Amino acid sequence: MPEFVLTVARFGFLALLWIFVFTVVGVIRRDLFSGARSKSIVASPRGVGGAVLPGRPAKVKRGKAARQLVVTAGQLAGTRITLGEAPITIGRAEDSTLVITDDFASARHARLVPREGQWFVEDLGSTNGTYLDRGKVSGPTPVPLGVPIRIGRTSLELRP
Amino acid sequence: MTAPAVPAPTPANTGEMSRIPTGWKTRRNAELGLLIFAMLIVAVFGATVEANQFDEIRMTSWIPAALVGILFLGLHIVVRYTAPFADPVLLPAVALINGIGVGFLRRLDLARAIAQKQPEPGIFAGTGGRQLAWTLASLILAAVLLLVIRDHKIVSRYAYTLGLVGIVLVMIPAVLPSSISEVNGAKLWIRFGSFSIQPGEFAKIALVSFFAYYLVRKREVLSLASRRFLGVDFPRGRDLGPVVTVWLLSLLVLVFEKDLGTALLYFGLFVVTLYVATERASWLIIGLVLFFGGVYVAYLLGASVGGPFANFYDRAEVWLDPFELENYERVGGSYQLVQGLLGLGTGGLFGSGPGAGSPGLVPEVRTDFIFAGLGEEIGLFGLSAILVLYLLIVERGMRAGLAVRDSFGKLVAGGLAFTLGLQVFVILGGITGLIPLTGQTTPFLSAGGSSLMANWLLIAMLLRISDAARQPATGAGPERAGPKKAPTQLHGAMTEVIKP
Repeated sequence: MPEFVLTVARFGFLALLWIFVFTVVGVIRRDLFSGARSKSIVASPRGVGGAVLPGRPAKVKRGKAARQLVVTAGQLAGTRITLGEAPITIGRAEDSTLVITDDFASARHARLVPREGQWFVEDLGSTNGTYLDRGKVSGPTPVPLGVPIRIGRTSLELRP
Repeated sequence: MTAPAVPAPTPANTGEMSRIPTGWKTRRNAELGLLIFAMLIVAVFGATVEANQFDEIRMTSWIPAALVGILFLGLHIVVRYTAPFADPVLLPAVALINGIGVGFLRRLDLARAIAQKQPEPGIFAGTGGRQLAWTLASLILAAVLLLVIRDHKIVSRYAYTLGLVGIVLVMIPAVLPSSISEVNGAKLWIRFGSFSIQPGEFAKIALVSFFAYYLVRKREVLSLASRRFLGVDFPRGRDLGPVVTVWLLSLLVLVFEKDLGTALLYFGLFVVTLYVATERASWLIIGLVLFFGGVYVAYLLGASVGGPFANFYDRAEVWLDPFELENYERVGGSYQLVQGLLGLGTGGLFGSGPGAGSPGLVPEVRTDFIFAGLGEEIGLFGLSAILVLYLLIVERGMRAGLAVRDSFGKLVAGGLAFTLGLQVFVILGGITGLIPLTGQTTPFLSAGGSSLMANWLLIAMLLRISDAARQPATGAGPERAGPKKAPTQLHGAMTEVIKP
């Protein structure tokens, strides 16, 4: 076996090893950018897609209509969800509209439902309860603008 | 921050792949491509070995690489059907390391056969052949784990059983008589005749699951109830109990099994899982202080009292001054370490080429010192590539832990990935003289069935968790679609479970 072949094999092996490493890094890199959706904390609310939102504004009955749900306290503080006509579910379950990672929240904790322009909050049998301002929510309760809904350590408000 | 205005992915309703909504990449083909590339590298390694050893590349040189390749392709197919969203990088990276391990062990067999003028060992004979058979067994185990455990959360139901199993597995060799359990001064084994297993390897996975479950239950109290002292948050005494227990346990392992590496592994595992669960850096500080304090006391005891601590004292002396003649010539001294270091030094930057070195000079080159032997032949460049692969494997494990939603999965993935990294650190640090040498196996490289099987189970568990982590949020039933439909009643929302 000529010396030349041995040298090529020796360095070729090292080169292949590093090419493999960089290919792996390339796969990871592509993965980071294409898989970003699966890591979003807030699942996309149904019916809030760009095409649907400007189509038909929610009917306004009294005062200003709520257009945004804002998280004011808790781990997700600062998160905003644009409200459409679809109900919004809140809980730890990953299919919730707003997934909160709060130890005092249940998997399916509460639900916000619009009814003729007014949003109602409803507790879904959570362990630690849902509070509207200071009162515990037992049945569907209308939510005025700017009044905090408390779930575990998380607070939410409707904003115009 | 507004919610992304992307509609939920619509599931394809066709056939058995209905779990996978259209538009979601499972990345399985990337995995397949990487796997084939990895096997190509293993084949090149085998061919180069033959070129250097026999001066010719024979037609049979590709057979071991092809066999290993077929095994990994089998596991790939299992992953494709049982964990379609699993991380695409884990399997090929581990396969490459495992394949190079098999190739290198076979190379050692060939060199020995040539030196002793014996016929070349068969495909499944010799250390390399046995390693090939163990790889087959490990891959079957990993496939069974993927097939049986479809959801990693199921494991948490058996957490206390697993914890007990883990502790028993750790303790068995310490209790057994030395004639059964002792190999080269470390009591880590159960030997039946020529067959031996290392139960501690399997204990790792059981203990990680138990720790994760315990900490998910306790993490609130561990992270909230604490006193601040000297700028460090100290947890309450009763919450500290299990930590101290595990600390004592790991010191007992160190004393009775004469093995610093295993003790460091178990203790580090627990401390890091605690840290991940509570996000308190104080645990790391407490853990490090306890470990180094314990080791230092063991060292002092070894110097003055001897007895069960003497072995550890010897190792520490060898580590402090390996090139001293007295240490070098003593039985059980630094001969092995020095040979390993000289091997690494001979390899230099690019190594002597696969098959062209003489790794047979290093004692235990098949198990503990495989990195030194390999380093002589592939040099710093090759070794660092393999180290980067280990790093990537650990990183992908941690990534799965970050991305998965449930706390138990997070802790298990983080713990398992960290264990793998720590094990590589302990043995590599030992070989290169950074820390006192302890007899740990190099994951996936060293000859040894127990280590290989346990580590493949670990990878299977990581694959399972990464599958859960990367899965797109499901639950998109038909009633979720249809934004036009105004809710006629409050219960028209999509939530399924409503408790009274």
